[in-house]
Amino acid sequence: MSAIIIRNGRVIDPANKRDEVVDLTIIDGRIADKSSIENQKTESIDAKGLIVAPGLIDMHVHLREPGFGHKETIASGAQAAAAGGFTTIVCMPNTLPAADNPATIAWIKDRAAAAASVNVLPTGAISKNIAGEELAPIGSLGQAGVVAITDDGHCVQNHELMRRAVEYARMVGLPVLDHCQDYNLVGKGVVNEGYWSTLLGLPGWPAAGEEAIVMRNILLAELCDHHIHCQHVSAVGSVRLIREAQARGVKISGEVCPHHIALTDEAIQNFDTNYKMNPPLRSKADVDAILEGIADCTLSILCSDHAPHAGFEKEVEFDQAPFGIVGLETELGIFIDQLVHKHHKIDIVRLIEMYTLEPAKLLKLDAGTLSVGAPADVTLIAPDLEWTVRTDQFQSASRNSPFDGWKLKGRAVRTIVGGKTVWKL
Amino acid sequence: MINAGDGAHEHPTQGLLDLYTIREKRSKIDNLHVVIVGDILFSRVARSNIFGLTKLGARVTLVGPSTLVPREFEKLGVTVSNQIDKVLPDADVVNLLRIQHERQRKEYFPGISEYTTLFGLTKERAKLLKPDCLVMHPGPINRGVEIDSEVADGLQSVILDQVTNGLAVRMAVLYLCGGIAA
Repeated sequence: MSAIIIRNGRVIDPANKRDEVVDLTIIDGRIADKSSIENQKTESIDAKGLIVAPGLIDMHVHLREPGFGHKETIASGAQAAAAGGFTTIVCMPNTLPAADNPATIAWIKDRAAAAASVNVLPTGAISKNIAGEELAPIGSLGQAGVVAITDDGHCVQNHELMRRAVEYARMVGLPVLDHCQDYNLVGKGVVNEGYWSTLLGLPGWPAAGEEAIVMRNILLAELCDHHIHCQHVSAVGSVRLIREAQARGVKISGEVCPHHIALTDEAIQNFDTNYKMNPPLRSKADVDAILEGIADCTLSILCSDHAPHAGFEKEVEFDQAPFGIVGLETELGIFIDQLVHKHHKIDIVRLIEMYTLEPAKLLKLDAGTLSVGAPADVTLIAPDLEWTVRTDQFQSASRNSPFDGWKLKGRAVRTIVGGKTVWKL
Repeated sequence: MINAGDGAHEHPTQGLLDLYTIREKRSKIDNLHVVIVGDILFSRVARSNIFGLTKLGARVTLVGPSTLVPREFEKLGVTVSNQIDKVLPDADVVNLLRIQHERQRKEYFPGISEYTTLFGLTKERAKLLKPDCLVMHPGPINRGVEIDSEVADGLQSVILDQVTNGLAVRMAVLYLCGGIAA
């Protein structure tokens, strides 16, 4: 029997509405009652001045394996997650081959079991080869252990196919996650359509291209009476549509990435491809709407859309560069810094809830809580610690971040998975 | 580094040679009304012209189909119009841009003949111009599309002067940027 006591920390466990300075006990990899330790030999961790949170969950990351190990591996992505304070990550299916079949899901789970320092939960594709033409075997994917279906990176354009996918997913009890992008409206767009795209002569990606699919998803969530979650919401209209639909009781939700609140499309003016992601950076009005959406709980989940790319892939003309930036090792710092310290939109308790209880509820995970008996996944957070982002110290195999050199306030200082410390500052 | 034209962004030496040509013919740029017609959205020439002309005090009007001249351009200190016949009588310079077939998907405008009908500088339409208005085009020209041959080769055209001046201006740029003491 192994026992650990995390002493004198501020234990915040939104699932149990708990926020108190108290010791947290771990026995044999699970959260335990303190009284169950009697004269045991215990390891002690001093958490004075720290927050003791349920292990954080990032439900939107790209681990690139199988197929793109030169960008990231399941092992390196998991270690990046650990360094960012995450104990559970949910990986997207746009791999090679795509995660559209049980064999690929089994391979991902095997790799994760062998090499990942944190819990890795796969998603499965909505359509075969993420091509948006025929349904993937959603039921078999569910049996193989996916926690949701999504064609992330792509978006099913055929509304009828999407409708059938949602109906089918309801039957097998899997939530549907959607990257909202109307291909006709967006065309070859690479940056937000507006002043900066006009000035720089870069093809515009209009906000309406996201909002049209958010609207589609609201209609289908109603029609099929099943949950659709809108990934990386970036536009003011999307926030408004989701808010109105939620007020009517529609099962629709949305998530936010740090770059969509920390940056605007003004940042693209030097053609630095580390500011190119999909959906793109938008205007100040969009950022303000997203902050309001976070404050009033319209947008309930925080995530990174961690999208590693090799240097040689990003160091090309802006139009030609792949979309996406890494985020696992900066997201918590950016969100604490921006949402709690700078804009005062939410407190640290709600922030932790958006990283734990909310994704756990949506994906029905046995995670995100410090209840007695739960797996001992714990993140220790120093909410006021000032630090500087150094991409050359990332655990991720890729460095494509626009936040190098940023000074942030707040970060994870220790990450514990199943009672084992997998990373500490 | 000298930018010799990048994507749909900027083409500084074309901007300079257009400014030089206007000043050569009209002996000033300040307070002139310069009308740029055509595919502004995809044009690097248009952006460099806008920056140079507005900096030197010209009044700039952009004309073209609404799909190729988004209103966002007004934030650069220019006027946007979709009615060429209203704008031409007041112009001191008309700069026609090539319709760039290769950069456009078909949705931007219904077709070449409709474009010419609405925005082409035809022989008839050229009658609206003031006698001393300059007609410019960065080339290559789609004759009969954005401009009729009679106008491109007519008395008001300074298109060949632009070509000549282009050589001189670009030599000057290379000379000055080459680090040779003047």
